[in-house]
Amino acid sequence: MLKMKKDVYDDMITHAKDGFPLEVCGYLGEKDGIVSLICKMQNTDESNEHFTFDPAEQFEVVKKIRKDGHRASVVYHSHPETPSRPSEEDIRLAYDPNVSYIIVSLAESKPVVKSFRIKNLSVTLEEIEIV
Amino acid sequence: MELTINGEVKVLVESKLTVVQLLSSENVKSPDMVSVQLNGEFVERAKFSETTIKSGDELDFLYFMGGGR
Repeated sequence: MLKMKKDVYDDMITHAKDGFPLEVCGYLGEKDGIVSLICKMQNTDESNEHFTFDPAEQFEVVKKIRKDGHRASVVYHSHPETPSRPSEEDIRLAYDPNVSYIIVSLAESKPVVKSFRIKNLSVTLEEIEIV
Repeated sequence: MELTINGEVKVLVESKLTVVQLLSSENVKSPDMVSVQLNGEFVERAKFSETTIKSGDELDFLYFMGGGR
């Protein structure tokens, strides 16, 4: 179960819509068991089909999240034209077993947001509760 | 030795470790897919096995993040 503040949830969707037709990505920060911080990241691929974080920006943002008393516990990205499920590439490249992976899909008329844990190529759906 | 790893202070029994040994002790299964900063400076992946960590150092590591479709 991922507990998330509504403004973070809404900001994530807005980020995905603003970035359309490109994929967008970012970190979410958790504090006291609640995801309450969003940090939008640059998609260095600038692509409709892929995203990649820039390592230098990654360190800068994760350290800032830490300094704010949060943990960078979620990575999100958008699927502008495909469903909210991890693609084969998403699964293959999900090296960090300690984070949740959120996918914001804009494929339907209404955005679909789902969270997944991915470990050893195995995917588990994780419920999101808006608080 | 005492190290700060990803912002957390940890005491290790070893007095000296290489980056690759430390990543192993942190259960990193794919060291080729992490970026490392030692005291705020990037460590080249090719130098993970020869870069030594000493007490008081700050080491941060992050996994590659990417995907598609």
